[in-house]
Amino acid sequence: MSIIKVDNLSKVFGKNVKEALKLLDKGKSKEEILKKTGCTVGVNRASFEVEEGEVFVIMGLSGSGKSTLVRLLNRLIEPTEGSVLVGGEDLARVDNQVLRKVRREKLSMVFQKFALFPHRTILENAEFGLEIQGIEKGERSKRAKESLELVGLTDYIHQYPEQLSGGMQQRVGLARALANDPEVLLMDEAFSALDPLIRKDMQDELLELQETMKKTIIFITHDLDEALRIGDRIALMKDGSIVQIGTPEEILVNPANDYVEKFVEDVDRSKVLTAEHIMKRPETINLEKHGPRVALERMKDEGLSSIYVIDSKRNLKGYVTADDAMEARNKDIRDIKQILRTDVPTVQKDTSMHDIFEIIHNSPVPVAVVEHGKLHGIIVRGAVIAALAGESEVRLDHA
Amino acid sequence: MLDFIDKLPVAEAVKEITKWITNTFSFLFDPIKNQFGDFMERFAEFLVGIPPTLVIAVIAIVTFFISKKRIGLPIFSIVGLWFIYNQGLWEELMYTFALVLISSILSVIIGVPVGILMAKSKTAEVIITPILDFMQTMPAFVYLIPAVAFFGIGIVPGIFASLIFATPPTVRFTNLGIRQVSTELVEAADAFGTTGSQKLFKVELPMAKRTIMAGINQTVMLSLSMVVIASMIGAPGLGREVLSALQRAQVGAGFVAGIGIVILAIIIDRFTQNLNKK
Repeated sequence: MSIIKVDNLSKVFGKNVKEALKLLDKGKSKEEILKKTGCTVGVNRASFEVEEGEVFVIMGLSGSGKSTLVRLLNRLIEPTEGSVLVGGEDLARVDNQVLRKVRREKLSMVFQKFALFPHRTILENAEFGLEIQGIEKGERSKRAKESLELVGLTDYIHQYPEQLSGGMQQRVGLARALANDPEVLLMDEAFSALDPLIRKDMQDELLELQETMKKTIIFITHDLDEALRIGDRIALMKDGSIVQIGTPEEILVNPANDYVEKFVEDVDRSKVLTAEHIMKRPETINLEKHGPRVALERMKDEGLSSIYVIDSKRNLKGYVTADDAMEARNKDIRDIKQILRTDVPTVQKDTSMHDIFEIIHNSPVPVAVVEHGKLHGIIVRGAVIAALAGESEVRLDHA
Repeated sequence: MLDFIDKLPVAEAVKEITKWITNTFSFLFDPIKNQFGDFMERFAEFLVGIPPTLVIAVIAIVTFFISKKRIGLPIFSIVGLWFIYNQGLWEELMYTFALVLISSILSVIIGVPVGILMAKSKTAEVIITPILDFMQTMPAFVYLIPAVAFFGIGIVPGIFASLIFATPPTVRFTNLGIRQVSTELVEAADAFGTTGSQKLFKVELPMAKRTIMAGINQTVMLSLSMVVIASMIGAPGLGREVLSALQRAQVGAGFVAGIGIVILAIIIDRFTQNLNKK
């Protein structure tokens, strides 16, 4: 079920808004509109739906309109056109009272530079949203403490923000947002101000929290690696428009256009692609039916130097090499078990390519992709190299 | 060539307007003059009635705690106040202090809300800024004339003139302080669904506090300087001693009264500045 539905949402900054909207409808570019009307197009007819419990990443470079877009969602910036449906209500049109209620109860925001109140203690900061709702002191302090405990800051509740490190400050920002128990968390470049190691920790922690909380998170970032790491789905923005929405794999493997392709070019694909993406259908022989002769025949046909051996239930038993099979044939050995080798290099479907490198490097035979003892596919060296080079033969047949 | 029309009757117009205001609002001015004047008189008398030793002791103790238990300001206060007492200017000091205190409080009561209004409304800012410039650059003596027209002579017109002269810094600094609150913090407040007044009292004013206090410090110092000038229209206190010394060319007496004002100024200034330190 979608929790937020954004339809044709636009924001034009400037005086000549009507003119600019007309030009937008005619499909003019951002630059043309700026030249003709002096208006800046912040967001250009963005449409998307966010499902309950998913991490939806809006990703783009600076100036792509992603920060404007997230502010249109809770109307920190007034939309020019379009609608934002939250729980059946169009936030772009509701009056101030309803808007306040939605902001208090449904949408909480985490900011890039933390935006903690320096005159309030950590606890008072975490209490802020509840205080605004008029919840009485005992109750709000209890809920704020629970939320601070979630992010591991119980010992610091009486400190002031300036006494905490950046990573800890952003935990407070997160706790402050969570204390309201919102339906949706809006995170505006929440980890961008942190240094890389802390950022990674925070990403991990967010994912960990998400396991238990199952919140809907809309996460803004300019960092593709971050987007790929935490996003269930990613919307890529350019010049105010959304150019592609998809799962991380879809975006990487099937970029919608040149822009996306260029964007994902530099990604360390080895961290994103898994065994499942690069494995291919294995040639096999059946332990119970086939002997060395069949094995040799099949290897000759396919041009292989080894072949995997399975039983009738596709359980992986081992492999035989061409040399062994040749010898066995010459000696007239019929039972394949006598030449079966069991030192099989195996990985699982979700093993990242990064981890496959090492295994495949030391292996004389293709790596087997095994799930619950059953053989699903094999990975040959060539496929690994092709995938790293970003060649299009990598397909998402299994996704 | 520049004489294409006769002299414009600006002075006459202002005179007429002042006269009109005086007559029309006398129902307002008269009670202020009488009752507020009475109140000021009694307040000053009350201050004079407190034993000087007690006043000095209390000020020394309060300054000691407010300056984080450093002894510089308390010692200066004791010596300075004793010196004023020693020179026979204690009563004048109390009158001056009463005037400064009351006019500063009134300035803050008027100035902070006006500053908030300016911060919240672009229109208000555009309208009020030139008025503030006018209030501050017009020579202070000029205010004394309508002040006398409205309130006669004495304490009340002194406070009136002081209000006009000393309120602008509080207004400006309040405006500035609120506008300086970072956009992210304002966004954070909005994003959590604050109402206008929640945002003002829970975020903006606390954040702007130090800036506003700096403005109030300026206001207090300006009202002290105005209170001295206001002695020309009969406001009592140290200023009157300076004025009479000036009229009689008494260098020594003028210097002593002037030193008294300086001592009071330093104590008040350090006091309000320390209030602003956390």
